[in-house]
Formats: sequence, C-alpha cells, structure tokens
Amino acid sequence: MSLAAHLPVLQVVVPLLSAPLAVLVRHGGLAFGLVTAAAWAAFAMAIGLWFQVGESGTVTYHIGSWPPPWGIEYRVDRLASFVLVLVSGVAAVVLPYSRACVGREIAREQHYLYYAMFALCLAGLLGIVITGDAFNLFVFLEISSLSTYVLIALGRDRRALAASYRYLIMGSIGATFIVIGIGFLYLMTGTLNLVDMGTRLSGVENSRPVLVALAFLTVGICLKLALFPLHQWLPNAYTYAPSAVTAFLAATATKVSVYVLIRFYFTVFGESLVFHKLPLPEIMLWLSLMAMFGASAVALFQNNLKRLFAYSSVGQIGYITLGLSFDSVYGLTASVLHLFNHGLAKGAIFLLIGGLVLGLGRSGGGHGQPTLDRIAGLGRRMPITCLGIFLAGLSLIGVPGTAGFLTKWYLILAALEQGQYWLVAAVLLSSLLAVAYVWRFVEVAWFRPSAREEAGQDEVRHEAPRALLVPAWLLVLASLWFGLDTSFTVSSALDAAEALVGSGR
Amino acid sequence: MTPETALVVALGLPLVGALGIALAGRMPNLREAVTLLTALAVFATVSQLLEPVLAGQRPGLMLMEPVPGLPVAFRLEPLGMLFALIASGLWIVNSIYSIGYMRGNREPHQTRFYVFFALAIGAALAIAFAGNLFTLFLFYEALTLITYPLVTHAGTAKARTGGRIYLGILMGTSILFLLPAVIYVWYVAGHTDFRLGGILPDTVSPVVLTVLLALFMFGIGKAALMPFHRWLPAAMVAPTPVSALLHAVAVVKAGVFTVVKVVVYVFGADTLAGQTGWLAAIAGFTIVAASVVALSADNLKRRLAYSTVSQLSYVVLAAAILAPLSLMGAVLHIAAHAFGKITLFFAAGAIYTAAHKTEVSQLDGIGRRMPWTMAAFGIGALSMIGLPPAAGFVSKWYLVSGAMAQSHWLALVVILLSTLLNAAYFLPILWRAFFRPLSVEAQAHPHGEAPWPMVLALGLTALGTVTLFFLPDVPLALARQMVTLP
Amino acid sequence: MSAAVASSSLLPELIQHFSHIITVFLMVSGLYIVIARGNLIKKLVGLSVFQTSVYLLYIAPGKIIGGTAPILASQYGVYSNPLPHVLILTAIVVGVATLALGLTLAVRLREAYGTIEEDEILALDQQAELEE
Repeated sequence: MSLAAHLPVLQVVVPLLSAPLAVLVRHGGLAFGLVTAAAWAAFAMAIGLWFQVGESGTVTYHIGSWPPPWGIEYRVDRLASFVLVLVSGVAAVVLPYSRACVGREIAREQHYLYYAMFALCLAGLLGIVITGDAFNLFVFLEISSLSTYVLIALGRDRRALAASYRYLIMGSIGATFIVIGIGFLYLMTGTLNLVDMGTRLSGVENSRPVLVALAFLTVGICLKLALFPLHQWLPNAYTYAPSAVTAFLAATATKVSVYVLIRFYFTVFGESLVFHKLPLPEIMLWLSLMAMFGASAVALFQNNLKRLFAYSSVGQIGYITLGLSFDSVYGLTASVLHLFNHGLAKGAIFLLIGGLVLGLGRSGGGHGQPTLDRIAGLGRRMPITCLGIFLAGLSLIGVPGTAGFLTKWYLILAALEQGQYWLVAAVLLSSLLAVAYVWRFVEVAWFRPSAREEAGQDEVRHEAPRALLVPAWLLVLASLWFGLDTSFTVSSALDAAEALVGSGR
Repeated sequence: MTPETALVVALGLPLVGALGIALAGRMPNLREAVTLLTALAVFATVSQLLEPVLAGQRPGLMLMEPVPGLPVAFRLEPLGMLFALIASGLWIVNSIYSIGYMRGNREPHQTRFYVFFALAIGAALAIAFAGNLFTLFLFYEALTLITYPLVTHAGTAKARTGGRIYLGILMGTSILFLLPAVIYVWYVAGHTDFRLGGILPDTVSPVVLTVLLALFMFGIGKAALMPFHRWLPAAMVAPTPVSALLHAVAVVKAGVFTVVKVVVYVFGADTLAGQTGWLAAIAGFTIVAASVVALSADNLKRRLAYSTVSQLSYVVLAAAILAPLSLMGAVLHIAAHAFGKITLFFAAGAIYTAAHKTEVSQLDGIGRRMPWTMAAFGIGALSMIGLPPAAGFVSKWYLVSGAMAQSHWLALVVILLSTLLNAAYFLPILWRAFFRPLSVEAQAHPHGEAPWPMVLALGLTALGTVTLFFLPDVPLALARQMVTLP
Repeated sequence: MSAAVASSSLLPELIQHFSHIITVFLMVSGLYIVIARGNLIKKLVGLSVFQTSVYLLYIAPGKIIGGTAPILASQYGVYSNPLPHVLILTAIVVGVATLALGLTLAVRLREAYGTIEEDEILALDQQAELEE
C-alpha cells in the first residue's frame, strides 16, 4: 500500500505523535520545529486528501483493517476535506506566528508544553473531522477540549484562569451531553459507525430515545459551537487567552463543532427528522437571528478590542447556523463557506491584535489588554497591522471583493429561494452592525490621538515584528483572495452541500 | 495597443501610479511628477479607446469568476467611454490644481492623499468599464472605501463626523438596497451582464419591477436622490480638490452613471415604460428642494454641494423620462455638469487658498482681486443655469426636448423652476464679487490670485465648459450610440 | 385512567427501570451542583457526579443478568456486551483528566485570586475591569 492510501490516518497521527515528542525534547525551539513541521505536514496531507476526494469521491480508511461497522472507520468526504484544509492551514500559519509571540506571553520553561498542547489540540480537531465513529469523535473532542483549556489558561492575565475554568465546566457539560446523545443512539442502533447508525435509524426515527438523543446532541454541540445563548464561555476565553491561541481557536474550534452538527444532522438523523418533523429549523433560525443582532450589538459596546471581536464571532456564528436552518443547498453552501471565510478573517484579526498588544507592551504601558483607550492612534504607529485588521474586518462586513461577501450572497440567495424576503433584510441589516463595530476600531485607531500625541509629540512608526505580520497578512490576503477567486471555496462548499442536502433522508 | 490591452492598461495604471506615489513619498517633487505622469498616461490610454468605440467596437475582458455566472468582467460601451474620458481627463487638471492647493495650504499627509486619489480614479474607471452589474457593484463599494480617507483627510472631529455620515449613508444604502437588488437580478436573470433593452425576463411582475427600481434608485446612494443626499454636503469637509474631482465628478457621476446604466441596460427603457412616474416626481422634488437649500446656504462649498445634489437629479429625471432624447440629455449632462461644477469648486478652493474665505457673504468685491478665478466661476455658473455659451445649455436642450417628446409636463415645470432657482443662487455671488465694494476687513488683508497651478487648472476647465458648448461632437456621438447601438 | 390504576402500574415500572432512575438522579443532581454551587471544588464534584451518571447509562443496558464475558466456549450461551465497558473505560480516563485539569486550575486560581469562591473571583474581575 502506498503512502497516499494511509493519508487519512496519518492526518491525525502525525500531529498527535508530535505532541509527546515535543514533551520529550523539553526544549522550546526543538518542540516548535517538530510541531510546526507536523502542522505543515498535516496541511499538505489535507490538501492531498482534498484532491483524492476530488478524484475518487469519498475516501475511507479502516483502522487496523477492521471493516466497518466493527472497526473504527475514517471517512473523508468533500465537507470533511474542506474543513481539514481550514484547520490544518490555520494551524500551519499560526504556529510560526506563535514562535514570535509566545516568547513574550508565556514563561520560557513552558514553551515546549505550549507546543505540545497545540499539537494535541490540532490532532483532536483533525480527528473530530475525519473520524466516522461516534465514540471516537467524543474522544477527539475531549482531546481538543482539554488541550484548549490548558492553552487558554496560559494567558498572562489571571482572568485567563477563570475563563479557562469556566470553559472547562461548560465544555465538559457540553461534551457529556454529546456522550449521552451518542449513548442513546448506540442503545437504539447497536452501532457506533455514523453512516451505519444513519442507515439503521431509518426505522426507529420517531422513537423517544432517538428524539432524546437528538436533543442532547443538539444542545451539547451548540454549547461547543457557542450558539447564542450558549456562548457565555466564549468572550472571556477569547479575550484572555494568548493571542496565537485565540486566533487558532476562533478560526477552528467553533468551526469544527459546526461540522459535527452538520454531520449528525445530515448523516445520522437525516433531514426529514431534523428539518421536517421537528420545529428545530425555526428554533435555530430565531437563535441565529438573536446571535446576529444581539451579539453584534453587544460587540458594539465593548471596550476591549479582543472582546469586541469575540462577540463578533458569536454574531458571525449566527450566519452559519442561519444557513443551516434553511435546509437547502444554497443555505448549507453559505454555512460551509462562512465557516471557512469567517475562520480566515477572524484568525487574521486575532493574530494582528496580538501584534497590537505587543506594540502596547513596548510603549511602556505594561503588558495590557487592548482596550480602545490604549489603541488610540495606533493607526499611525502600526499602519500595516491596523490596515490588516481593517481589511479582515471588511470580510466580516461582507464587502464585495472579500470572502465574507460570498457568504452573504449565498445566504441571501437561500432566503430568496424560499421567498423569505424579511430574512434578506435581516441579513443585510445585521451587516450594518458589523460596519459599525469595525468602524469603531477604525475611528479609534486613526482619529483618536494617542497618549504620545496628546502630549504634543509626533507618533513614531513602529510596526509589530515581521514574524508576526507575515503569517497574519497571509490570512488577510487569503480572505481577500477567496473573495475573488473562489474555485476552491465555493466549489467545495457547493459539492459538500449538494452531497448532504436532499440525499433522500 | 489593441483595445483590450488598452483597457487593462487603463485599469492597471492608477494602481501602478499609486504604488509609485507611495514609494516616492519622501520626495514631493518626484511624487507630484509621478501623479501627473500617471494621469497623463491614463488619459492617453483611455482616449485611445475612443476611436474603436465610436467605430462600434465593444472591447471586453474577464478577470475571474467568484460565483458561477457572476464574473468580474469589463466591457466598454459608449456611456462608460464618456465617463472614463471625463474622469481621466479631469484628473490631469485636478492634479495640477491639487499641487497648488495642497502646497498652498500646507496640508499634512500629502502622500496618502495622492495615493488614495489615484486609487479612487482607478475605481472610477473600473466602474466606467464594468461589464456587468456585479463588477460595477464591486468597484462602487471600493470607491466608497477608498474615498473615505480622502473625506476624513483633516483628521479632526468634524472630519470624523463627516466621514461617519458619508460612509453610513453610502454603505448603508448600498448594502441595504443595492445589494439585494443586484442579487435579485442575478436570481431571476441568471446573469448580470449589461445588455441594451434590459436583461430582466418578462415574467417579472410590475409590482416587483417597481420595488426593484426603487431598491436600485435609493440603493445608488452616490446619485444623492433625496432623502439619501446628506452624505454629499457632509463630504465637503474634504480638501477642495477632493470635493472638486470626486464629489463633483468621479463619485457622484459614478452614481448617476450607474442609474443610467441600470435603466438602459438592466431594465431597458421599454420594460420600464409607464412605471417611472414616481421616480420623476422624487427626482423633481430633489432638484427643487436642493436648490432651495442651496439658496439659503452661506458656505460656498455647501451651496455648491446642494447645487450638485440638484444637478444630479437632472440625470435621474432624464433617465426617468425614458425618451431617447432625454437619455441623450442625461449622458450629456454627466459631461456638462462635470466641467461646470469642477470649475466652480476649483474657484472656491482658489478663494480659500488665496483669501481664506469660505462664506458667500465674505466675497464682496473679490472679483477685482481674483479676476481670472471669478470669471471662470461665472462660466461655471452659466453652465449650471443652462445658459449659452456654456455646456449646460446643450444638455438641458436635449433634456427639455425629451420631456416635450414624451409630453412630460411635470419635468418641464421642474426644469424651468430649477433654472430660475439656479440663477437665484449663482448670480448674486457674481454680483457680489464684481459689483460690491470690498469689505473693510478684506481691505486690511490684501491678496491676489491663488498659486498659478490652481488658476491654470480652473482656467482650463472653464475653457472646457465653453468648448463643450461649441464642439459637443464627441459626447453627442457617444450619447447617440448609446441609445441606438448595442 | 384512574389514579389507582396509575399507581399500581407505576411501581413495577419504576422497579423495572431502576438503573435508569438512578442514572437520571445522578445526572440531574450533578448538573444541579455544578450550576448552584459557587465553590470551584464543589462544582467539580458536581461535574464528576454528572459524568458518572453517563457511565451507568452505557453499562447498565449492556449487562445481561446471568451473562458472562464473551468467551466462546460450549458451557456459556449468554454474553454481556463488552463494548460499553470498553467505551466507558475511555470515558473514565477522560473524566479523570478533566477532573485533574479542573483541580489544577482551581489551585492556580486560588494562587492568583486568593479564593476559590466564584462570586469573589467575579467581583475581583469586575474591579479590574473598572480600573482598565
């Protein structure tokens, strides 16, 4: 068997193995090298898998050659390969960034642990996406969650500890809900293989245990993906975690949870149960709208830039779930696209905010939070950094020519298709809220005088180090590029949506 | 150069120019030289396209396709040709003027100013060349964002407020109204290419048609149809060259250009027949109401801004009348108003630079100190009113002929009334400037004309205004082509 | 249905499903402790109880009275399902890891804030926010 045939398992194993190796070498630099190499390898493998799926359809891999449904099956379809590319790609970009950033945010002797945790988190996320086994999914979920709690707790501010603890409690409840759901499904079907589970459920869809399972899974996963009003863990976790961690989590963790939700809804429970027999789409629609308006409005009044964009994340997740609630090809396309586009934009923004925080530390203000007072006038001190945040912000707004625009396009198309004109208006109105909070940053960064300028001195240009700017700008440029050339994103999302929607169940 | 190549070069040059300006930022002379050279090169390239277009060619080009059936594509047609000629031609004059203005007033951040200016022209050209509604929308939004730093150039609290209104209205209308309209067109037609006679299928009901037209007309905030006109006066906090070229020519003309494009190439004049009464009414109201506001405005730039609001609605009104003659009038008015209004703004900027005066009431006797400037201002004012020998007369002629052909009496009344109002708010300025004695305060501060580049620039545009009256061949030919040839 | 009939059929029902009842009791009480208690350690205790309920949920239905481990031999005919046991072994490991991490965080929080009461930590955070 050639190496290419083993890509699905290597996709997870390589980053997973790099974690204990990083601990064994006990050296920040070496651990960095190992984990970064693993992440880039994972990225390359994800791209390889994407092409494999394009050539020969869904790729399956039987762990230990045990055929499903007895053995654990790894299964990569269009959607999975797309999410794999996002997760591993963001990791590959964030890791080099961490090298320059972690030195200032985490104590030196803990560096190798940081990289080990990062590798575990990456392996867990990739595993969630690739596995076709329900319990395996839970295990990977916990691997990624536990390492995430540690990563968040590494933040310098003591509030990072409180945020991590809070996330641990809520995340564990969510994960336990998911196991409960899986347990009920196992009781009803006697299998753990997701596809097999879907087939066997077709007779007993309406039985009470299946409905209970659906409820537990929905709530559990929505906790992990921070659907309004289950988002309370998110703002503080994003605000106080080290910048690189925030960027990685914002771009991947919630997105993978969305993937899990899609997987369970479309592959296991089937559309007819979820979307036609239960009022779930309505509930999801209203919760999404509340997220789009409520969380975006809250973002508008935040004084801490990281928290502002954290709330914006909650709002943007609303778009993803809104697309899901349509149960149409266009709607799901919008969801899948936004999961990718928002990941890129938010990743870029948090990486660049990391650069801003660094600049704040240098100006003698101590290592502080990026409150709006402190970032006043930074547009003149760090123009390239601020310009990057602005451009990625345009993608959040959905300005044409940015990746975010395409999401809006498909969302509106989905609403038009169902004749829901008021939803068109809602989507557009909520974009205006995004304009408002992005412009809040623009006005503070460029129009408010900085402390130095108020003292009558001229602002000196002092950019963040290039090692921070280059990875961050890669993501910024990607979120612009995928607004114009969408042969990768739109075709993947459309393919994935077409395969899932209307598959007869 | 083949027309296709010329198209690419014309679109790419402003970007290259912007880069060159940024790189030459530390050497003002070199930077301004780059600006001027870029402007000349762009104009030369654009004018190369004129001949093929007049010969009936429609050079096109496709860049990429973000959504299937929705490419970023360019296709040159007569209307776009005219707009591109005006924008790129006046950019040269405006660059000369900018050099005088920015240096004369010792403005800060001049490099940023020239960079964004070049980018704005690039976006305006892309709008002019846009081959479909999506491309047009893309660069329409880009133009809003690019001009934002120009509007807020001063960086003061007032500039910030102005910027907020500017961005709030332009972004708000385009996201809330224009975007759904574009998406709906794509949804029902399957593409957004501009075609003569429209692209909407016959199945679209009249009610939907009206809603769609309303979404377009109010969504194109740059056309400043009331009640979404307030961004234009707000944008006057910008330095005068910005007000002159962008908020009298490039940006606002992009707005009315889009209006005409949408009416002619998306809806089609025949499809809309009988559906545009309300639009004519709103445009007429805007013309009169804005003129009344202009009448009471003492700040010269504010008066000019409201005059622009009113003049823009001429184009919308002409489009709403839907007669071939009035559509030609609309096209000609885009050209005529551009030359006239830029002259007026140039003059206002020259007065500010030389005499530091911004209010109409301060202008007593200024004509004797700045005879060239005020003479040019006079020509510009004549064009606004629509009197010979200025270009405004020609466009108004076609507009009135079109209204008569359709027996559109409302439009005739509006045009007549607004002509009187125009005279009422422009002629007193001239009277003050030439016939009132200098105020005591002004006598204490002697000054002459503004720096020579500014006077040269405003002289040139005034000359252009007159030339356009005597030799309207090119715009006329282009306008005629638009209503007859595909 | 009369009240007498309902109560008479409820008791055997309860006895029949006693493992489920214990599961639900543990689940709800665990969740309640997590939500209602402000002490970080007590919250973790609640979380553990909550997670333990899941172990029971999986294992109880897999056990057949009189069944043995699935050893293929002629004298045994009834087997219990081993898979839930294996799954729960994994879940226990995960639970222990979560508990350990939670306790570690509690220790660090106590070092940083000087308290393990949630409301006091929140008050300190709010103070810090106001100073910012």
